[in-house]
Amino acid sequence: MHIGEISGYKLGQATRDAFGDALKDLAAEFPDVVTVDGDVGNSTRTEPFALANPERGFNVGIAESNMVSVAGGLAAAGKTPVVASFACFLLCNAFDQIRMSVAFPGLNVKLVGSHAGISIGEDGPSQMGIEDVALACSLPGVSVVVPADGISAKAATRAMLEHSGPLYLRCGRPKVAELYGSGIDFEIGKSIKLRDGDDVTIIANGLMVAAALDAAHMLEKEGVSAQVIDMHTVKPLDEEAIVAAAKKTQRIVVAEEHLAHGGLGSAVAMVVARSGPGRMAFVSVGDTYAESGDADGLLEKYGLTPAAIVQAVRSVR
Amino acid sequence: MSELKEKARILRQHICRMTTEAGSGHPSSSLSAVEVVTALFFGGFMKYKADEPNWPDRDRFILSKGHAVPVLYAAMAEAGYFGVDELLTLRKLGSPLEGHPNMKRLAGIEASTGSLGQGLSLGVGQALGCRLDGRPSHIYVMTGDGEMGEGQVWEALASADKYKLANLTLIVDQNRYQQTGAAKDVLDMGDFAKKIEAFGWHVQTINGNDMDEVVQALKTAQGVTDRSTAIVSKTQKGFGILPVLEEAGDVNFHGKPLPPAMLEQALALLAK
Repeated sequence: MHIGEISGYKLGQATRDAFGDALKDLAAEFPDVVTVDGDVGNSTRTEPFALANPERGFNVGIAESNMVSVAGGLAAAGKTPVVASFACFLLCNAFDQIRMSVAFPGLNVKLVGSHAGISIGEDGPSQMGIEDVALACSLPGVSVVVPADGISAKAATRAMLEHSGPLYLRCGRPKVAELYGSGIDFEIGKSIKLRDGDDVTIIANGLMVAAALDAAHMLEKEGVSAQVIDMHTVKPLDEEAIVAAAKKTQRIVVAEEHLAHGGLGSAVAMVVARSGPGRMAFVSVGDTYAESGDADGLLEKYGLTPAAIVQAVRSVR
Repeated sequence: MSELKEKARILRQHICRMTTEAGSGHPSSSLSAVEVVTALFFGGFMKYKADEPNWPDRDRFILSKGHAVPVLYAAMAEAGYFGVDELLTLRKLGSPLEGHPNMKRLAGIEASTGSLGQGLSLGVGQALGCRLDGRPSHIYVMTGDGEMGEGQVWEALASADKYKLANLTLIVDQNRYQQTGAAKDVLDMGDFAKKIEAFGWHVQTINGNDMDEVVQALKTAQGVTDRSTAIVSKTQKGFGILPVLEEAGDVNFHGKPLPPAMLEQALALLAK
């Protein structure tokens, strides 16, 4: 059983695949876009773009520091570089390069991290980006987008290229439930309410949005009415939607495939602390590294399931 | 040539004055690089328009050793990017002449640097971008010798070779000292020329405080059209005011301005 199945959603594309398809499709429309890779383009899915546009694809080898600064240089020369690697290597290995060669000068570099979260599975903790959102959010002027499914990842890719300034797009490895089969109106910084409810608000991003929808479905049977918000943009945060949710339901649960500190949960809590009223609970990887294993087993073991969200909802009721 | 030497003398005066006025900064690290920067800006090597800093076809100078930015500000002021008087606002609140280069605040600065090791990669990116757009721009990057300890520089050297970036020139300002002492004592990198050559680059080694040698090397570099070119510029930290630093018993004189009395001595040396 996949996440999202309880609430009737079928498996769709992985967000990395959707990003890769969209990037290739948008190549002609955005002629200034170039890709910069650290030799994992066939994993991050920049490869189809680079193969179709060889003069616009730069694989600088296994050298993430250089990769990010080269992207900064390309942006300073007027190009729109999309620099992609595993989320952990991009944000952690090249963090100072993102700080100094991208964020501080405010250059128009698009950072794309694939293999985010623990759902990459068997390759294990060294390959899991679970600090990336916190690191990206810490940088002034950098927008942070975490799409929930393939359709929103495609829309986010277009929005990213239309956006002026540095932006981090977080993608995942596994196929995820398709939530936006009937279309999406995607805008950076504008959350999407996927389900309305009166008793509690579940705010999530990435694959935890489908888990939140499943949880809402389960809660309904207990007589609890939960609304679900896809907070695909962590920065700039849709504060208006959070304030409205706090007013309406008082109780807010945040779910994300990321460490407890510095991610979506922290960002939402800052808003609720200011605006009130609210009691909150958090579903995340917590304060630990994970381990190797199958994706579903890992999500279960580390508490990133619809059941874990239901549990969190009960804790704030 | 005598005009260039005269300009170099004026740049040195600016460097000493503005850092003493600021009460902090890296005058000795700036002084070693004066001949190269002077030749680039005033010897006809760099094409730029001071009144149109973002002219797309300009050549670009990236100061990767960002702490030496007084030499760049001095050159930019003399070139007309801003008034010479503004040099005395260095490092002061509200001034775009920050302690390290900030491209967001000062037009004409081509890269925000200060975290060592990133400038050459930025140069590779700019060289790739300009070439892709068919621009004639040439990218000059200056690193320090201590900075060559950063692994990223060697990543950048390798990637420049991959793309045969003939529009990229690296100048290593080998002034032989870094923060805590002699470069050879801190991390002896051996012969930069051999190492950089091994990465597929064209390399020249010169006395970088000799204007004739600098001009000749930049001319030779312009003639290299099939790969990136490097100039290992052997210099002396504090060149131009060395007797003053020697008298003070500190020829490194890293990261501090000349006290007023020393400034007077230095300016006297630089007066002729």
